[in-house]
Formats: sequence, C-alpha cells, structure tokens
Amino acid sequence: MFPLLQFGPLAIRTSGLLLLAGAFLGLHVAERHAARRGLHPDRMYALVILMFAVGTLGARLSFAAQHPDAFRSSPLNLVALDPGLLDPFGGLALALLAGLVYGQKKGLAFWPTLDAFTPALAVFAVFLGLSHWVSGSAFGAPTSLPWGVELWGTKRHPSQIYEILAALAILAILWLRFDRKSVAGSLFLQFIAWSAGADLFLGAFRGDSSLLPGGFRLDQILAWVALAVSLGLLERRSSLHREGTPAPPSSLDS
Amino acid sequence: MLFLLLLGLAWIVLNRAEAGAGGSGLGPVPARGFLAPDLSLVTLGGETVSISNLHGRAVLLNFWASWCPPCRAEMPAIQAVHEEYAERGLVVLAVNATAQDSRAAAESFAAEYGLTFPILLDPAGDANRIYRIGSLPTTFFIDPDGIIREMVIGGPMSAASLRVRVEALLEELP
Repeated sequence: MFPLLQFGPLAIRTSGLLLLAGAFLGLHVAERHAARRGLHPDRMYALVILMFAVGTLGARLSFAAQHPDAFRSSPLNLVALDPGLLDPFGGLALALLAGLVYGQKKGLAFWPTLDAFTPALAVFAVFLGLSHWVSGSAFGAPTSLPWGVELWGTKRHPSQIYEILAALAILAILWLRFDRKSVAGSLFLQFIAWSAGADLFLGAFRGDSSLLPGGFRLDQILAWVALAVSLGLLERRSSLHREGTPAPPSSLDS
Repeated sequence: MLFLLLLGLAWIVLNRAEAGAGGSGLGPVPARGFLAPDLSLVTLGGETVSISNLHGRAVLLNFWASWCPPCRAEMPAIQAVHEEYAERGLVVLAVNATAQDSRAAAESFAAEYGLTFPILLDPAGDANRIYRIGSLPTTFFIDPDGIIREMVIGGPMSAASLRVRVEALLEELP
C-alpha cells in the first residue's frame, strides 16, 4: 500500500524498515524480561548479533553453493552487496546452528533462553504483518465480503490486517506471562502453538498460498505440524514437571 | 489437544484452493504471480515492441534512467547476460523513463555502454505508471506464459543474480 518512502532521491523500502523496527523493538521488550529467565541482556544482544552475522554470511554461501555456475564468469559477485544473492533458508539454518553452538559454549539453558526471546518474537510478528501490508505481499483471496479491500486487481480479504490483529492478540495473551514463572520452554511453545493455530486458520483466506496436489495449502499443513509438535511438547514438558521428573537431559539444558 | 488437531485437519480440507487460485490468471497486475501488463513502446531504433507479442519467450524487463546511479552500475551486467542468453531465447527489454529523462541521454548512454538489447522509450510515462514504478531501477522477470515470476526493486543487480533468475525462466521454455 505504501511500498516506498521517498526522501528526495533516496527511496527506502518501507517493508524492510518495518522489519528492522520490529527487530529493535522486540529485542528492547525482551531485554526487560530476559534477566528473569537467566539471560543477561548483553548475552542476548551478543547472541543476536552473532546469529545475524552468521545468518547473512551463511545465506550468501548457501546461495553460491546452490548456483555455482552463476558465479563462474563473475567471481567477484560472491562478495557483492546484492540481497538477491542470499538464500534465506540456508542462512536461517546456519544462524540457528551458530546460536546453538554459542549457547552451549556460554552455558545458556536451552528452553529458558527460548522463553527469553519469545517477547521479541511476539513483537516482531506484529511488524511482520505490517511489512506485508505495506508491500502488498501475503495477500488475500478474492471476496465479496463488505470489508474486502481492493488490491492487485480485485477485492480481497485484508489478510495482512488479519495477520496483524492475530499477532497483536497473541502478544496480548502472552504479555502478562512474560514475567510469570512457568515450566521452562512453555512460554516459547505457547507462542509457537498460538501462532501456528493462527496461521492454520488464516491460511484459508490467502490468495497466494503454495498449493500441493489436491489444492491443499502448504502453509496450513506446515502450521498444523508446528501446532501438533508444540502442543505435544507442551504436554510432555508440563507432565514431566508435575511428576517431579527432570526433563530428559539435553546437552544445552542446565 | 487431539480434538483441536482434528479440527485443524478438517479446516485444511475444507479450505482447499481450486486450481489456478492465487495470483496467476488474475491480472494483469504488476506484481509477482500475476500476468504482466501489456506495454507497447517504440525503441531507439524506431521499432514497436509489445510485451503481449512475447508470449512463449522469457523476458527480462528493466526500468531505468540515465541519471540513476544503480541503473548505470547494473547495465554492464544486463548486457553480459543478454549476450550469454540471447541464443537460448531470452528477450531483454530496457524501458527508459523518458518522461524524466531524454531520448538523447538514453541514446548516448546506450552508445557509451555498448548496449545491444532494445531500449524502449516511455515519453508519456505510461509504462512507469502501468507498472507502478516507484524507484529505479526495477526489474521484472516474466516467464513464457507472461506471468511475472519475480520483481526486483533497486539495484545494482549483479550478473550472478540475473543469471540465476534468467535460468529459472528459461527452464520453463517448451
């Protein structure tokens, strides 16, 4: 809707700006509650910076590994400032790996650390919705409902608005639990479960779903799996906690 | 929990999309997944080029202006990719924002950079308006069915980046 902000000759993509704002605001909120979960804010920022650096580098390496021929006659492109030469999935995987290694080295507890980041994720999700709205991506299926909006040639579900509202609702639900004592991991898993549930429900109103044979929407199926896994883990961890048995040791648990 | 998951499965089944749902088929809209809007413009050489005549071809549609630094920076890469892929059926079209530039500037730019692909002139600003160009350069990758597969705002696009996207288009050629 407002994809670009023009300042004279400079055009900034609003969607990118919103994601950046979401990351900063999210970390600011997480910082206020992190100490309660055993994560010092300095550690938190160090972890984020490390993951961002590794993620970006990893995204470039992963892209180059998948398209080696493209670089053969332009090897200098390997270090070009071109965001089109990044593989987001490869980058994310390497960033998570780096996070795990760093966490282990610094003795960070796995589940409490995920809980500590949850406020940041919840805030970021709202800005993700906003960024989709300004860029017109994640758009809705055509509809004749009275609240349909004109976008890309026809009246559609305002799916980005649904997304923003769902993210705000999840943030509201979890807000009071940021400081509440709970089974390690339950705040994070609740966030995943609620978000997956929202994705599963709202996926029905999207106009840009990747479709599997039979018309099944890929995002809904992935959301269902995430919902099942997170609910399963929640049940398992809280029943183990109730029984007084420590959860099975993982190398990152303390 | 089980009830919730079964409910979820039912919702998924209930909301399956029909074939062709999503963006493609609707349009023309200057966005990814939609049919590329038609353009009919005259080149520096005086020929008329229409996008609708290019169905069945892979098209790289670049919007630029001579005063735009990233546009200048990426032109050598676009020329290189044009030379590499012309035989395989790639069509490169560069639409000059002539309403905010000039024919003379476009001509000398093309000569200076040794550009051999069609330079389309847009003196009335129609193309920039139809494609909702907000900043330059903007590049569209259009597949043989006329669907926009990718839209890249900004630049300069590297040769490697162009190659990867062009290869993806050419894979769709019959």
